[in-house]
Amino acid sequence: MNREFYSRLIFELSRKGRRGYKHPDNHLEDVKLDNNILRQSPLELPEVDEPTVVRHYNNMSNNNFGVDTGFYPLGSCTMKYNPKINEEISAHPSFENLHPDTPVKAVQGALKAYHTLQTYLAEVGGMSEFTLNPYAGAHGELTGLMVIRAYHFSRGDLKRTKVIVPDSAHGTNPASAAVAGLSIVEVKSRPDGTVDVEDLKPLLDDSVAAMMMTNPNTLGIFEKNIPEIAELVHASGALLYYDGANLNPMLGVARPGDMGFDVMHINLHKTFSTPHGGGGPGSGPVGVRKGLEQFLPNPRVVKLDDGTYGVINSDTALGSISSHLGNFAVQLRALSYILSLGKENIKHVGPLATLNANYVKDKLKDAYLLPIEGVCKHEFVFDGLIDKSTGVTTLNVAKRLLDYGYHAPTIYFPLLFHESLMIEPTETESLDTLDDFISVMHKIAEEAKENPEMVKSAPHNCPISHPDDTEAALHPIVNYTELTANKEQ
Amino acid sequence: MAIYYSNTHEYVKVEGNVGFIGISDYAQRALGNVVYVDMPEVDDEIEAGEDFGAIESVKAASDLIAPVSGTVVEINEALVDNPRLVNEDAMANWIIKVELSDETELDNLMDEAAYKTLCESEH
Repeated sequence: MNREFYSRLIFELSRKGRRGYKHPDNHLEDVKLDNNILRQSPLELPEVDEPTVVRHYNNMSNNNFGVDTGFYPLGSCTMKYNPKINEEISAHPSFENLHPDTPVKAVQGALKAYHTLQTYLAEVGGMSEFTLNPYAGAHGELTGLMVIRAYHFSRGDLKRTKVIVPDSAHGTNPASAAVAGLSIVEVKSRPDGTVDVEDLKPLLDDSVAAMMMTNPNTLGIFEKNIPEIAELVHASGALLYYDGANLNPMLGVARPGDMGFDVMHINLHKTFSTPHGGGGPGSGPVGVRKGLEQFLPNPRVVKLDDGTYGVINSDTALGSISSHLGNFAVQLRALSYILSLGKENIKHVGPLATLNANYVKDKLKDAYLLPIEGVCKHEFVFDGLIDKSTGVTTLNVAKRLLDYGYHAPTIYFPLLFHESLMIEPTETESLDTLDDFISVMHKIAEEAKENPEMVKSAPHNCPISHPDDTEAALHPIVNYTELTANKEQ
Repeated sequence: MAIYYSNTHEYVKVEGNVGFIGISDYAQRALGNVVYVDMPEVDDEIEAGEDFGAIESVKAASDLIAPVSGTVVEINEALVDNPRLVNEDAMANWIIKVELSDETELDNLMDEAAYKTLCESEH
């Protein structure tokens, strides 16, 4: 239960002279600092007593929504439950108190953890070697494209400047290609949502560095033509990149390396149950097939002949993309997830994620428009409500879901449909949770017919209902000084 | 003043050899609230079928594709401070004014009726 009073801004709760601490008496001599490094005005800090601070932040945290508070079917994000044992392992003092510059011989256990995870990911992806250094999925994409560039450069092939990306791709694909200094060519989808091989063929020539694909794609459809696509891409001299955003349904069933992909990234914060959303940070390990290992970024962790672990830097690497070895605490959570599931149980992840998605899809397609029929993988996309006559949009449905205590699905992505509503339940939800979500979605479809205005004005039970997102994008107010200046105007 | 449409939802309103280019009402509705319009500079050359800028809404960012070729003679400065004008009246709030370099390109575009049919088929 939220207290409106304590949910105000901490600055609004401030009263001059109020405080919740007392500095110990200073027994040391005063140090004189030069005037040019001294503040000329007092710091603008809120003045509040301790109970107010505690209540304010507890009320704030109660406004938070996460997988620990409820079902979170945010498509393309794989918001699976994050087991608490992951937190326990990563918070272990032996790991938590490590300094990144500790000598290699004193951190053999940590390096073994890094190397073990790297080896497991190589097994899961069907790749030769992984780097765990990238900090997030898009950072992994950039790293992967830099590996591909380094590969072409090493062959003296300098004219490959294009990256082919399907029109259903995540926005990060073209963005990463642009940051890597490459230009983007879009390949069209067929009516069933998969890549149009006939549209792809004329695009492939000796100016193409790579093609990026997500499989299953952002519509949750498995790209069945992947062997043919891999053959065409390789025949043109380009490499095939696997965007691991949708790896979850493949887990334990199929491997990108076996499908012909050369380079891939994995979002540990999606597939391997490490926190994301506001609870990150993320981690985007990158794997390569045999023959591309030397281009992976520095530093690399290797197992030496005497059984110990070393950290190496090489001249053939693309350079460094992170300080040290990436988000180590996140890597530990992923390792803990893999070890606690074990080799046998991890095989159930993909099939159960697929089963849950198909269950929800089939139960809801009587009220929501399913543009692409057939079996989906871990997620699927509706094109809004079937009944468009009420004027209730996908945005309205998403906002109304908040009233029922569910996080909204991904909306208006992919861009292939006007009213995209993308649902990904993940494997960690029980049948009861799925059934309750389905009944709420049906209820909203009924409400849209009976009382469309009520749905359009939702949410009605949230602390904030309709922020002006245009105004927020145009004139963001990000601190209290700006807010007060704005009010005075 | 004749109005022509492209299949990527831009329009060009033609007055003599000058064209006013913007996005259609259908496009502004599909995009949702517009927050930014990235425009070329005066004297820039634009080429039919190539992008001349971008438009960003709360939903997505999209390239603006030139329906005709020509030289930019004016940009709609009002959109810099208030991109919402595109949502208020997309047809009145053109994005750029160009001097057409090849009026025969207009033959490749659609008239009002043909464009309406296209929009209906897309929905």
